[in-house]
Amino acid sequence: MAEGERISICNGRLVDPANGIDAECDLHIAAGRVVAVGPAPDGFRADRTLDARGLVVCPGLVDLCARLREPGLEHKATIASETAAAAAAGITTLCCPPDTRPVIDTPAVAQLVSQIAERHGHARVIPAGALTQGLAGEQISEMAALEHAGCPVMCHADLPLKNTLVLRRAMEYATTYDLTLFLRPEDEHLRDQGCVHEGRVATRLGLPGIPEAAETVALARDLALAEQTGAGIHFRCLSTGRATQMLAEAVRRGVRASADVSAHQLFLTEDDIGAFDSNYHVTPPLRTSADRDVLRAAVASGDLAAVCSDHRPHEADAKLAPFPSTAPGISALETLLPLMLRLVAEGAMDLSTAVSRVTLGPARILELPFGQLDAGRVADVCVFDPRERWVLSETTMVGEGRNSPFLGQELEGRVSWTLLAGRVVYQRGSG
Amino acid sequence: MSPADIQLDAAGNLEHFLTIDGLSRELLTEILDKTEGFLGVAEQAVKKVPLCRGKTVANLFFETSTRTRTTFELAAKRLSADVLNLNIGTSATAKGETLLDTLRNLEAMHVDMFVVRHAESGAAHFIAEHADPHVSIVNAGDGRHSHPTQAMLDMFTIRRHKGDFADLCVAVVGDVLNSRVARSQLAALRTLGVGEIRIIAPRTLIPAHAESLGARVFHDLRLGVRDVDVIIMLRLQRERMRGGMLPSEHEYFQLFGLTEERLGTAKPDAIVMHPGPINRGVEMSSQVADGPRSVILEQVSNGIAVRMAVMSMCIGTQNLRAQGELHG
Repeated sequence: MAEGERISICNGRLVDPANGIDAECDLHIAAGRVVAVGPAPDGFRADRTLDARGLVVCPGLVDLCARLREPGLEHKATIASETAAAAAAGITTLCCPPDTRPVIDTPAVAQLVSQIAERHGHARVIPAGALTQGLAGEQISEMAALEHAGCPVMCHADLPLKNTLVLRRAMEYATTYDLTLFLRPEDEHLRDQGCVHEGRVATRLGLPGIPEAAETVALARDLALAEQTGAGIHFRCLSTGRATQMLAEAVRRGVRASADVSAHQLFLTEDDIGAFDSNYHVTPPLRTSADRDVLRAAVASGDLAAVCSDHRPHEADAKLAPFPSTAPGISALETLLPLMLRLVAEGAMDLSTAVSRVTLGPARILELPFGQLDAGRVADVCVFDPRERWVLSETTMVGEGRNSPFLGQELEGRVSWTLLAGRVVYQRGSG
Repeated sequence: MSPADIQLDAAGNLEHFLTIDGLSRELLTEILDKTEGFLGVAEQAVKKVPLCRGKTVANLFFETSTRTRTTFELAAKRLSADVLNLNIGTSATAKGETLLDTLRNLEAMHVDMFVVRHAESGAAHFIAEHADPHVSIVNAGDGRHSHPTQAMLDMFTIRRHKGDFADLCVAVVGDVLNSRVARSQLAALRTLGVGEIRIIAPRTLIPAHAESLGARVFHDLRLGVRDVDVIIMLRLQRERMRGGMLPSEHEYFQLFGLTEERLGTAKPDAIVMHPGPINRGVEMSSQVADGPRSVILEQVSNGIAVRMAVMSMCIGTQNLRAQGELHG
């Protein structure tokens, strides 16, 4: 990377929340790193200049939860296909949950994932290590070895960790190595066979419901254990307003906890399910408009420091069945940035805050030095046109999955260039 | 999209019959009026009318059923259709075939109508969305969602006994949470403008936001049936009972079982209905089930006429479309 191109990105609006910058400002890159913000250093001669007039220049996006389906589920997607989609969406760092096949519970699988990603070179993939061996919830994993193999966080994917003693030990062991636990708060008994929010829509359509308490009960349990053990925990993909408030209260009390929300939860509600539209089958389920409003406010205030895509690409057949039998999830990498910009357009927050929640916020949760653009920093950059309107369609989607409820919708904001460690990995119009 | 949209053609004619939810009062009344006409067919020497002659109806039952399947079969035969009975639950899906593949195979046999029963909510919608446009789908029960012909035969039975719906008070008793029949009945009662709708059950059998179903909730059977005109008992869906929703059938009967004595607070001419099959001594006593106010067997006879009405309407819409394609 030392021999990388010297690139100047000129005339753009630089939005770098970490350094409090939101102004027209040039960015100069050499050897994979930012060398200057503002005027070029003396003697700097760019090999290539990107004219960002009218465009926004921000740190490359960091996505806390994206399933790439490799190894083991390559009929859904591959690391190559999904990292290419990430690059086209301005995402430079992806954290993938450990529920691959085999699961990421050994250094070998962790290294395999990051090496495949490196070989293709579209985006950086950070594997989350499995918190327990085989994600079976019984025996804690070799966390120190996993960390050494490149897993900065330990995660239990969507699988329940039923045994509270195992969870307590996992927290204590992870804390020994200063590793954050990524937890998905959901009580499996309260969830039962549920596939939608337990509310009016579940009642009308006769679909088994998942009560709010499935999330709050699990969150309260995990918070209590984190308070007891002093562990640092991060809740993935909150869906209820109540859980969001409980988290904020705990953080004020001093519990080392954070949380994210998937972008689609900030827009969609149970009412969007309509007549059994399986593209709206997601986990956790779409909740009420009141939940959505609390989640939005928490993203604006920073109580939720990160917004993730919760990308789950599926083959077409996975969504072609009666609603309860379909696989949950949205192919969501390519809508992450446009949905954040829609929050800005709808007045929910300013651009700098929106950018922060998909760059600096998630990078800090991963404790990785990305998501900012000061001199010396790794040059992960996203340059986008905030006003370009385009329609998400099956033909424009880059990733393998076509499972998106936003298909056919007009989105605003499109990536022009993506740079990964100073290298242009995506350029609009050149595939 | 409202769940009803897919059921109607551009002119508002019934193409599929999947759910009551979203259909108009006029359309439900049309079904009831047509049913009236078909009631006489069973009394004729030759119990057949030629409305669906040359048409093939396939009964696709992914869940076992005797009563519903038999009445659909009789209804189709009395309309002069050819009937195919397929118990898919025991064949194709057991071999791993997807629902869509099963559907495509049957379409290739040029079937005109599928009567579908499936264990999952939304299955009939799914099939209607993906079936060839020349095929009509009639929902014979999908998961906990909908069982619209059962609801219409109940409405027909109520109308025969009570006339106008507006002044009635109707109580639905039992496992509303797990019952597709209840969901369809409540939608039909709302749409037909019934004066007061009540649901009576312990909290564990009441769905979230039950008030959104347009009903008042009671947890006391005596209070709940006071002054009602119609009592609809639901079957206790034992096969769907999960997570210990009731302590025992014994306690359920003690508190929510319908007996002659408890029937005392209802209006003197109140009728008692049940979709069958009855669990005697669980939902109601035998005295009530076989008593003078019970209209349970009448419901079964009406079921055939209602199904004839719905099937002939859907096939009629198909014929209209075929004529349109011929001349347009």
